[in-house]
Amino acid sequence: MSTLNPKRDIDIQVPLLTRVEGEGSLEFTARDGRIEQLQLRIFEPPRLFEKFLEGQDYTEVPHIAARVCGVCPIAYQMTSIRAMEHIFGVLEDPWVHAMRRVIYYGEWLQSHALHINLFAAPDFLGYADALQMATRYPEEVKRGMLLQGLGNDMLRLLGGRSVHPIGLRVGGFHRAPPKHEVADLVDKLLAARDAVREFAAWAVSLPRPVDEQDFVSVAIRHPQEYGINEGQLVSDKGLDIPFDRYPTHFREHQVEHSTAHYSMMDGGSYFLGPLARVNLNFDRLPQEVQNLAHDLGLSFPSRNMFMNVAARALECHLAIVETLDILQHYKLPTRPWQDYTPRPGIGHHCTEAPRGMIYHRFEIDRDGRVKTASMIPPTSQNQARLEQNLHSAVEHFGLDHTDEALRELCEKVIRNYDPCLSCSTHFLKLKVNRE
Amino acid sequence: MSAKPRVAIHKFASCSGCQLAFVNMGAELIELTKLVDIAHMAEVGHVLSEDEDMDIAFVEGSITTPHDVERLKKIREHSRFLITMGACATSGGIQALRNNADTAEWMRSVYAKPEFIHSLSSSGAIANYVKVDFELWGCPVSVRQMLAAVRAFLFGVTPPNLREKVCQECKRRGNNCILVTQGAACMGPVTRTGCGALCPSFGAPCYTCYGPAENINVGSFGRRLMGLGLSQEQVLRKFASINNAAPAFSDAAKLFCSEPWMEE
Ligand code: SF4
Ligand code: SF4
Repeated sequence: MSTLNPKRDIDIQVPLLTRVEGEGSLEFTARDGRIEQLQLRIFEPPRLFEKFLEGQDYTEVPHIAARVCGVCPIAYQMTSIRAMEHIFGVLEDPWVHAMRRVIYYGEWLQSHALHINLFAAPDFLGYADALQMATRYPEEVKRGMLLQGLGNDMLRLLGGRSVHPIGLRVGGFHRAPPKHEVADLVDKLLAARDAVREFAAWAVSLPRPVDEQDFVSVAIRHPQEYGINEGQLVSDKGLDIPFDRYPTHFREHQVEHSTAHYSMMDGGSYFLGPLARVNLNFDRLPQEVQNLAHDLGLSFPSRNMFMNVAARALECHLAIVETLDILQHYKLPTRPWQDYTPRPGIGHHCTEAPRGMIYHRFEIDRDGRVKTASMIPPTSQNQARLEQNLHSAVEHFGLDHTDEALRELCEKVIRNYDPCLSCSTHFLKLKVNRE
Repeated sequence: MSAKPRVAIHKFASCSGCQLAFVNMGAELIELTKLVDIAHMAEVGHVLSEDEDMDIAFVEGSITTPHDVERLKKIREHSRFLITMGACATSGGIQALRNNADTAEWMRSVYAKPEFIHSLSSSGAIANYVKVDFELWGCPVSVRQMLAAVRAFLFGVTPPNLREKVCQECKRRGNNCILVTQGAACMGPVTRTGCGALCPSFGAPCYTCYGPAENINVGSFGRRLMGLGLSQEQVLRKFASINNAAPAFSDAAKLFCSEPWMEE
């Protein structure tokens, strides 16, 4: 099949990547059979959020931090809130903990369903865009949108709206949803039970490429639950630390050839996101979700990067199964938040955003204002791994393929991470290349 | 080919939340594609150059680089109607906070090698650079308002510009006023409606995400907040939030600033 001279000059530019959140470009050059440059460039201009946060009252942090990213505002709100709760000595009560899982599952379901339906499926089925695919697969696309909408409903129940929810506060929630709203959502979740299994089966059946890679998975692990918002940071290479030890193992630095801040764990790259989570926490999935994985012929841990789609699909199922379990036993609390007294100090927290673990560190002064803030999103943590993945996937595929085929492969590899290029706190712009 | 009006959605410096609110419409989005042709929206896979003629261009995000300015001018030249979508595009967004700070210093402290960054020292609203036909406020925008704007333009009329206060919406919903009953520092009295008084309905104070309402008296409202126990600086920060560069709010910030609020 391969016919072209692999030693030819290759110059591939995709100035505006589509079907990813935010904007970025692919730049790929090879000379004389060697890859000279192969990277994902992010041209989201820096918005300097960590600086805006300095001097703000701690109560304003959830609103401001959310605006880093419209795609995963819960990740920013929840992680900063928990970091500050550690400072104030708040011990999360069980009602608040359960409701935080529900709203987080809403964000996962919305984001995962959107990704599989509108971003990934067109790749695997060979369509240039989702609307084109929708003419051939109308029912599938509709089902994906229904699940995305259900995720939004979960976000709305506790957050009021799906983008930049307003229901969260330090200590818990502003409002406890009334029983009739919970009952309405339970009905919708029950009705979606079959749809989500079919959706997962469809996602798993898409003709996905095989891309065996050597990588280190990192995720939150919890003694009983599937790790989302509480637990320890673990890896499949023996890492097992509380969140406040993140800074001793993880370092960010800039590298000469790129625009992004790179994160390294103990000097090496690492991988975050749905596949890393399922690899490390398969045994923590509810039995019903484990059964679905077996029925679909899936086994974890997996080294095939494109199993990320399957992992995402399983997490959609998980979101509905566990939310149902929580909301079917819903009770109104005496009050939806816990009391606390602000005090100065430093707090660290990690949670699992849809795309992987996010780390926040907040320092609060004696007037309840932010002294310093640091927020490290999953996409920048995955950047080093993504570039290694691009190199080895291209080398394995061979430079003797057409530019078109090479470009498609690179785009698939990038999209598989579901990178969210909007979280602009930790990216910087080197060069804008749109002409 | 189709004679449907062509719509483009463009992004500048933003969190992508307004676009996502649009994609989150679900079934209504499919309805909308029956009325118009969404010709450019990178997020769903449609990319055309800025030189393509469009009937309606929605613009999300604020202007922060010299290249943005060029791109925006091209978009304007080729669009019949240009509508700003959200706080970033309409007022400069939360990131306009940098307009009052030493951006170079900030860049150095966040990035080890700031020379890589080509950036203006400000975050500007779209209307600072080109003519805007209609503004949609909100962070994020209300999809209902967005659809109403599309329909109005398709029928050749200007969409209604609702500038009343969040308070009016609260009254209609029968909410208890949290400012009066709990002394909460709710910004509803100076914020324009459109959200349906979302925060107060959840018992939470409004934080100005829809921008300034009409006929507001920021001085006396700010003093009222101080009467509730806020410091002058806290009042300043209440105004200098999501829509800090909207003229009415930046004036308020100047009013409650003890040091000179840096300008130009
Ligand atoms: S206005 Fe708000 S939601 Fe819209 S892009 Fe800007 S920050 Fe995001
Ligand atoms: S109440 Fe205020 S802050 Fe809340 S959504 Fe409405 S305008 Fe935005």
